[in-house]
Amino acid sequence: MTQFTLNGQSVTVDVAEDTPLLWVLRDVLGFKGTKFGCGIGACGACTVHLNGRAIRSCIIPLSDAKGGQITTIEGLDPAGQHPLQKAWVETQAPQCGYCQSGQIMQAATLLKDFPNASDADIDAVMSGNLCRCMAYVRIRQAIKIAAAEIRNGAPHE
Amino acid sequence: MSKFAKYAESAETSTGVSRRGFLIGAVSTGFTLAFLRPDALISSAEAAVAEGAFEPSVWYDIDRDGIVTVNIIRAEMGQHVGTSLARIVADELEADWNSVRLSYVDSNPKWGYMVTGGSWSVWQSFPYLSQAGAAGRIALIEEGARLLGVPKTACIARNSVVSGGGKSITYAEIIRKGNLARIYTAEELKAMPVKPAADRRLIGLPTKAMDIPGKTTGAARYGIDAEVPGMVYARPKLPPTRYGCTVLSIDDSAARSVPGYIKSVALDDPSGTVPGWVIVYADSFTAANQATDKVRVTWKNSDVTTVSERELLAHGAGLIDTPKIGALVVDDPGVDHVFATAKSKLERNYTTNTVLHFQLEPVNVLAFEKDGVWEIHTGNQWQSLILPTLAKALAVPEEKVVLRTYLLGGGFGRRLNGDYSVPGALAAKAFGGKPVKLMFTRPDDARFDSPRSCSVQRVRMAFGDGGKVLGMEHHATAGWPTQVMAPSFMPKGKNGEPFDPFSISGADHWYNVGAHRVRAISHDLANKTFRPGWLRAVGPGWTNWALESFIDEAAHLNGIDPVTFRLALLDGHGKNAGSAPNAVGGAIRQAAVLKRAAEKAGWGTPLPPDTGIGIATSFGQERDMPTWCACVARVKVNRADGRVKLEKLTVVIDAGTIVHPDGALAQTEGAALWGASMALHEGTTFANGQVKDTNLNTYTPLRMRDVPELDIEFIASTEVPVGLGEPATTVVGPAIGNAIYAAVGARVRHLPIRPKHILDALVGKPLGG
Repeated sequence: MTQFTLNGQSVTVDVAEDTPLLWVLRDVLGFKGTKFGCGIGACGACTVHLNGRAIRSCIIPLSDAKGGQITTIEGLDPAGQHPLQKAWVETQAPQCGYCQSGQIMQAATLLKDFPNASDADIDAVMSGNLCRCMAYVRIRQAIKIAAAEIRNGAPHE
Repeated sequence: MSKFAKYAESAETSTGVSRRGFLIGAVSTGFTLAFLRPDALISSAEAAVAEGAFEPSVWYDIDRDGIVTVNIIRAEMGQHVGTSLARIVADELEADWNSVRLSYVDSNPKWGYMVTGGSWSVWQSFPYLSQAGAAGRIALIEEGARLLGVPKTACIARNSVVSGGGKSITYAEIIRKGNLARIYTAEELKAMPVKPAADRRLIGLPTKAMDIPGKTTGAARYGIDAEVPGMVYARPKLPPTRYGCTVLSIDDSAARSVPGYIKSVALDDPSGTVPGWVIVYADSFTAANQATDKVRVTWKNSDVTTVSERELLAHGAGLIDTPKIGALVVDDPGVDHVFATAKSKLERNYTTNTVLHFQLEPVNVLAFEKDGVWEIHTGNQWQSLILPTLAKALAVPEEKVVLRTYLLGGGFGRRLNGDYSVPGALAAKAFGGKPVKLMFTRPDDARFDSPRSCSVQRVRMAFGDGGKVLGMEHHATAGWPTQVMAPSFMPKGKNGEPFDPFSISGADHWYNVGAHRVRAISHDLANKTFRPGWLRAVGPGWTNWALESFIDEAAHLNGIDPVTFRLALLDGHGKNAGSAPNAVGGAIRQAAVLKRAAEKAGWGTPLPPDTGIGIATSFGQERDMPTWCACVARVKVNRADGRVKLEKLTVVIDAGTIVHPDGALAQTEGAALWGASMALHEGTTFANGQVKDTNLNTYTPLRMRDVPELDIEFIASTEVPVGLGEPATTVVGPAIGNAIYAAVGARVRHLPIRPKHILDALVGKPLGG
């Protein structure tokens, strides 16, 4: 049995501890917002937060999450209104949308680390997240809009 | 050109608007609005609805709360097509946009032909959705006027309200209090006015796509998210090559140590879609994944297990060298004569490597039998193509198979080919019809991709005095997706030989070049080695690489500016004058986007050292549905290491009426960056009958850091709306190649462009593949 906190709720699962966290989240706990893309941590579609840091859940075993705090896209904001989520709608960033949970979760830690993220910061951090529709222009724009809103005092995780 | 596009259009509409009537009938929740089947014998509107006497595919409902639900037969894969289609209906219906909802339908013959591809959706649906919306508006005005006691001629409809004579009534009230049921004859329908462009209130104005909010919260549901209670998981064990392998034995002794492992089964596939496949079942994906790696299968191998990209390209070059084979798509009289008597000639060869779709959601399928019907849960772009194959594989009639609809985690043409649903269905069948979720890992997806085939092309031009263009030839060979997957859609060339229209389109350009010949040759070894796929922009994605690189070379050979040279050929005369409704203006519109792009990008102004701009233009996907495109690329080339920095893309497009401007811009941003990615970042090769790159460790599409500055402009137009999902892809590669030449004088003739090619070209080495 493995216990961790998922989006603020304590959960306990009975799964082999070498199971990648992604599949525990999706198939055991039913949190489908986190996506599977490459399985080698290179596309970023599976990005969630472990103790506040962005991780690739497809290559992190469940054992690493033991006792930790996991946040998925479903838990980023209770109403789905995190400044990044609002900016994603405002800029109409998603096309197929499949990578966007991961993009948003990655961007959330980017803005914690770099509240005034420059283009170079965005390039450095977000280049690990593949958007196959290539909606990059809007993702960049949305990050800047959200950063401004957060700097102006909007609540966020 | 494309019989296929026409087929899809006619299949959707059966007989065309002009011969059909329109039906509004009561249903339990309100009224349904649809075209009438021409052969229907109808006593009343109610009976007609009850009998399903409506024409397939184009219809919507209005309920007692005035909610308008538009049925969407197209796949939602990032283009926000549901929003665009509903805007067309709602504009004519004068509906309040906030009361409009979308319903993405499952496969059913009543919806007509279901395909989402070719950048056709808006173009094909526009006239019918407009007519359907107009008929609804007129009925609501008639009934509203009656309820208000005001002559209908005094009434207007706006925002779901009919008003006149100082009174008004909402659509919801009309539905609740009145009787909207009526049948309009074809003649009456024809007389109903579709609004002039100036009166449009939704089309062409900004809006938010309805599918986007759910894609920011994790709520959006894709095929991979489909699950039913009690399902087991499975992963395929793929044979060494796409075709021709047979399973000799399965040894699962090592797999049995994986907790949750169930069994491994060799599939029996009467449809021949997945020969030599073994399915590994387990109680979780992780277990299925691990067990698959441990299962040992011995196959009887096919005869293509040694095929390499080099061999494919060499075979293609041999095909091009062989006269008299292939289809003559264009064959003007006098071609041989002008080449025999030309003052000078230019001949160049161009090649491209294999490209993967790499849609981010790996293909997957959930399948099971329920009440005698096989349910197939997966994202798909062409339900009507794969349904008969599924029926054949399962050995059941087609009406016993239904494809359930999900969002697509990327289409790009991969999911036009629904082959991945077949092993899912068979895996469920081999499991007693119980629910099986077949998951592909990323390498499985890449190996089972139907990639964009490598290609070989030869382009020739004959010149007279002063560089006057007298004749042109374009020969092209590649694997042909349409031949392999939908052969009945192949038209015949001038010499009676069938050809894949999507694998040559682009070569039949709008330049006036004198005597013109275009020859398309099927690459038999490619077709045999893998399943060639339709990939975003399909043929025009690589025919324009050859064409537009060549035009640049021809201009330079004659000492003429590449823009001036093109404009002279885009004179809009003769067969390139264009025609109504789709190609009004012809080549003159292509010349206009070319000029505008050159002007925006500052064509002709001095640039820093080793920096260059290059231009390319195309008509998008098909001569029958031209989307006029031009692109200027600005690059900086590092002479020391051959690396290219793509600094800026300027793209100008004339796609006629733009229904959803922000969606159009997003599609063009994505398509342009796809063009850049295929030119500079991705691409793979075949080795041992398989694609060599199967994951992101070595397959490297464009990332955030690689994005150039983008400047995109649409020409304001009220002409017929044409496609936008693909066209921008077609011009970016050659614009980059031409820019590299402008920057450092290195001419590249192979895609993708690698630093090595540039270094070789700089020292005058022959071009490698």
